[in-house]
Amino acid sequence: MLNPRRADKIATGILYLIAGFVILVLVALLGYILFQGLPHLSWHFLTSPAKSFVAGGGIGIQLFNSIYLLLITMLISFPIALGAGIYLNEYASKKSRVIGLIRTAIEILSSLPSVVVGLFGFLLFVVQFKLGFSLLSGAIALTFFNLPLLTRSVEESLRTIPDLQREAGSALGLSRWETVGHIILPAALPSIVTGVVLSAGRVFGEAAALIYTAGQSAPALNFADWNPFDVSSPLNLMRPAETLAVHIWKINSEGIMPDAADVSAGASAVLIIAVLIFNFAARYISKVLFRHLTSSK
Amino acid sequence: MDEIREALTKTSAATKKDRFGRILSMSALALIIFVVISIFWFVASKGLATFFTNKVNFWDFLTGSKWAPGQLDKAGHPYVGAAPMIVGSFLVTLISALIATPFAIGTAVFMTEISPKRGAKILQPVTELLVGIPSVVYGFIGLTVVVPVMRQLFGGSGFGILAGSFVLFVMILPTVTSMTVDTLRAVPKHYRESALALGATRWQMIYKVILRSATPGILTAIVFGMARAFGEALAVQMVVGNAALMPHNLTSPAATLTSVLTQGIGNTVMGSLENNALWSLALILLLMSLVFNLVIRAIGKKGAM
Repeated sequence: MLNPRRADKIATGILYLIAGFVILVLVALLGYILFQGLPHLSWHFLTSPAKSFVAGGGIGIQLFNSIYLLLITMLISFPIALGAGIYLNEYASKKSRVIGLIRTAIEILSSLPSVVVGLFGFLLFVVQFKLGFSLLSGAIALTFFNLPLLTRSVEESLRTIPDLQREAGSALGLSRWETVGHIILPAALPSIVTGVVLSAGRVFGEAAALIYTAGQSAPALNFADWNPFDVSSPLNLMRPAETLAVHIWKINSEGIMPDAADVSAGASAVLIIAVLIFNFAARYISKVLFRHLTSSK
Repeated sequence: MDEIREALTKTSAATKKDRFGRILSMSALALIIFVVISIFWFVASKGLATFFTNKVNFWDFLTGSKWAPGQLDKAGHPYVGAAPMIVGSFLVTLISALIATPFAIGTAVFMTEISPKRGAKILQPVTELLVGIPSVVYGFIGLTVVVPVMRQLFGGSGFGILAGSFVLFVMILPTVTSMTVDTLRAVPKHYRESALALGATRWQMIYKVILRSATPGILTAIVFGMARAFGEALAVQMVVGNAALMPHNLTSPAATLTSVLTQGIGNTVMGSLENNALWSLALILLLMSLVFNLVIRAIGKKGAM
């Protein structure tokens, strides 16, 4: 039998080793992406269109597509998630069997592999509704992928608001809906915004759900044409839109340009930087909003 | 008189507004439920067509080891054996979970029990950040780092189950770690205090009290990581080699359900047997994610008692 004190020392040592190893792996990972990718970043790389057969292509259109798609997805999914979150936390009874089932369904939706969600989007929107490989199909598929997480984060944000505030609303003679709109939502805003920004980071990097919905090609865009119904307009919702993450996947599995590794290193670095920005932005915005809304310093 | 009666019996503006809000928020919820049901309906109807329309034997589908839906064997049956992909998927999932578990638990214990300060300062933000890294980036690193290393160590092409498992290990590590940290933090403080008061060393307290009482949560975290690994498509597809063959060792090219799906679905014609067979693979994925969900629930229920 090992002396307990000795066992304690050994175990502590092993735990230090494990933690050190994990830190090493994580730092190496981040460092590798940035180290490999940053030298390729330039204004030209970020803004010029991709090239299929020769070196020197950029990621301009893909970057624009990613951001635009993210915006559309959020426009569709946020109102739905907000409504569902409000119902689940403010109206639904905690004991109801139906609500329990609904919660299970949302949990299942959140755990579905994103490739399955993408295939469903392909089947329903691209083929059945004849939307084709388009920004719109992609945005709807991403909405499905995004809804459960966003709903949960709205619900959690509302739950942290103390019941005292709801009671105060009732005492003032406000209806439940008015209480939610005027008291609960403003108070929950900082954490709702944090949730939205964090889920935006996830949507930005998602690829599997997009390969067969938003498509794998990025036709040339005319950035002077802002009529959303023109074929080459960047705002057009019905055009195929390869995003940054899909681009990385595609050039790594079937790319034939000579500088595929460089392009994907640069694009990976851009993705990582975007994730970093979303992370910091979430923290910063919620801090500022909290200070602003509660007048605490 | 009538005016007063009317005012008293009519629905007030506030009630109307409240009803409106209730219906509005309820319809948002109903929409989500509708989405879930239609996903299951569409994937199931497509996936089951292989067996009902194309008359493929279900058992042959699960156990057959040759995947070439375009070709017919001597008896006129198409080669739709999904066993290589099913085995591939389970192997990468199990191996990556096996590697990730000790590291995740060790790191989580370090963060909560051994050095909470350093954990909060260094490890917490880094794990949070890594949870958000897109899977294609992991795939890219797998392709440029893991695969060449495998090639050096084991020969062959470097693509295979082992490369896939390594990529998935790094991918699920932050997720499992942060979930385990949450469970460990939820263990009441007086457990620790009473264990130490009884004269236990720190390791005895961790091993015999903290980890024991956090077991259900840790198991949930592991199953959650496995679910993520099982459903992950692109990162694995980039490094696993994509040969729909029964894997005979861990470093030969193999395939998973997700990798065959992402590669194949665009190259087949809607409604053909090749296409339906791929949808059956999607159905298996869907059902497996359901199974993982049920396991998580079962663990949660047991832990709650």
